[in-house]
Amino acid sequence: MGELLAFQSAFAEALLAEATPTPTSAWARQPGFAVYRNTVLAACIDALAANYPTVHALLGDPCFREAARDHARASPPPCGVLADYGAVFATFLAGFAPAADLPYLPGVAALDRAWTESHLAADAPVLVPADLQSLDPQRLLESRLAVHPAARWHGDAAMPVVTIWRRHREQMPLGDPLPWHGEAVLLTRPNDAVAWLQVEPAAVAFVAACAAGCSLAEALERSEAEPGADAFAIWLPMLVRAGAFAKEGVA
Amino acid sequence: MAALGAGLGLKAEHHADAMASRAAALWFEVHAENHLVAGGPRRRWLETVRREHPVSLHGVSLSLAGARPPDANALAGLARLVRELEPALVSEHLAWSRFGGGYLPDLLPFPRNEEALHHVCANVGRVQDAIGRTIAIENPSHYLQLEGHAWSEIGFLTEVSRVTGCRLLLDINNVYVSAVNTGSSAEAYLDAFPAHLVSEIHLAGHHPDPIHGERLLIDSHDAPVAPVVWALFERFLARAGPRPTLIERDAEVPPFAELMRERALAQQRLNRVLPVPVAA
Repeated sequence: MGELLAFQSAFAEALLAEATPTPTSAWARQPGFAVYRNTVLAACIDALAANYPTVHALLGDPCFREAARDHARASPPPCGVLADYGAVFATFLAGFAPAADLPYLPGVAALDRAWTESHLAADAPVLVPADLQSLDPQRLLESRLAVHPAARWHGDAAMPVVTIWRRHREQMPLGDPLPWHGEAVLLTRPNDAVAWLQVEPAAVAFVAACAAGCSLAEALERSEAEPGADAFAIWLPMLVRAGAFAKEGVA
Repeated sequence: MAALGAGLGLKAEHHADAMASRAAALWFEVHAENHLVAGGPRRRWLETVRREHPVSLHGVSLSLAGARPPDANALAGLARLVRELEPALVSEHLAWSRFGGGYLPDLLPFPRNEEALHHVCANVGRVQDAIGRTIAIENPSHYLQLEGHAWSEIGFLTEVSRVTGCRLLLDINNVYVSAVNTGSSAEAYLDAFPAHLVSEIHLAGHHPDPIHGERLLIDSHDAPVAPVVWALFERFLARAGPRPTLIERDAEVPPFAELMRERALAQQRLNRVLPVPVAA
């Protein structure tokens, strides 16, 4: 190992160590070393707070910062794009003991993450209803719809994750009774801003099947077992109008 | 393109104000990493600013002093951004921030020896090859007395420039903060800095460490430029002449008009050292 690599290895380890490490190097004994430790952790925590605003609101600042600090130490950002930091924070939160009484927290975190992914995703022309009108019904059923790069979806079979997330994002009253049944939501980016549409779980299963490469007929089949499957004539045009699909690749 | 005078670090909340501003010689700088995304509003935001003003891309995560080459994805993303945006300036830091597949969000120090020189020159070369133009390298703030320096910072920067053709970004607030924190002279540093290599100047605010006070200054970018830093700026301009100069504010961000007033203070000082136009 080169000297530079050895120095950086020791420095990086001391930066992320839980307690101020027993100083083995002259640099670690100086008060200035804490400046680097504080800066690195604060930047990670602030980035997670910005990327997970609903989780932040649900946990409160002190508890969120504890979770974010633990997560940053275990999984520092993979790259310099801090707006994209926290891809696996939902998984971390599922095992975060102080939040064990909030079973819906990982689901809410997944929705915050879905918003970020939609926000940062590539641009692509959106499929509009007129693009499909020229296809005859048989062709339409055989066609494969390309899911738009900025489309994300999330469903929970039992918990009101979507309602909890929406109440925070839409600044609705938080105290009303929660609907304890399955919910699903589609996020898209019409007009360059992330928007969401609460949909039947079957609609989300349909989009997931399209993303997996199914034809429209196969995707409808796969969504059959989910609540709301019967209403596809209503939700399918809604998905298209919301911008769930890209113009490219319709055939 | 009109000459770059005093510029501002651009914050998201000031986008509309920035678009509307018509101040002479104004330009804006952004952190490249905030816009190294596949698509969407963060890119559109920057494209619209670029249509109205010169833009400078300032990188914070390429880890030029890392023992490993810069991340290939980050380089490809930066190359695309430079191609699309045609920025007036592109810059990075004499620091490292990546280790073992992770990013440590700070500008970290290292012993300036031959091995480090080799890595920095190779990494600057990789960046310049990837984006097809030269970049400027900034002197970071220092908080530690490291052992094992074979080069002074100025000697090191000058050598990196000689080998790679890169320019230098002189951050005068960092010069002051580092001088206080390491017990050296900011004036001596500035007077020895190779002015002919400087393509940009940074100015920002700092604050004393909450525990150690005035002996340990934090390069916090959360306050107006300190009087002592303005004085150092004037000292450098008197010797070097004007350079594109940026006011950075990344925390406790005031209204746009207030930042523009601070920016005007920098522009006034640049105007004072402009060459007098020859009468026709």
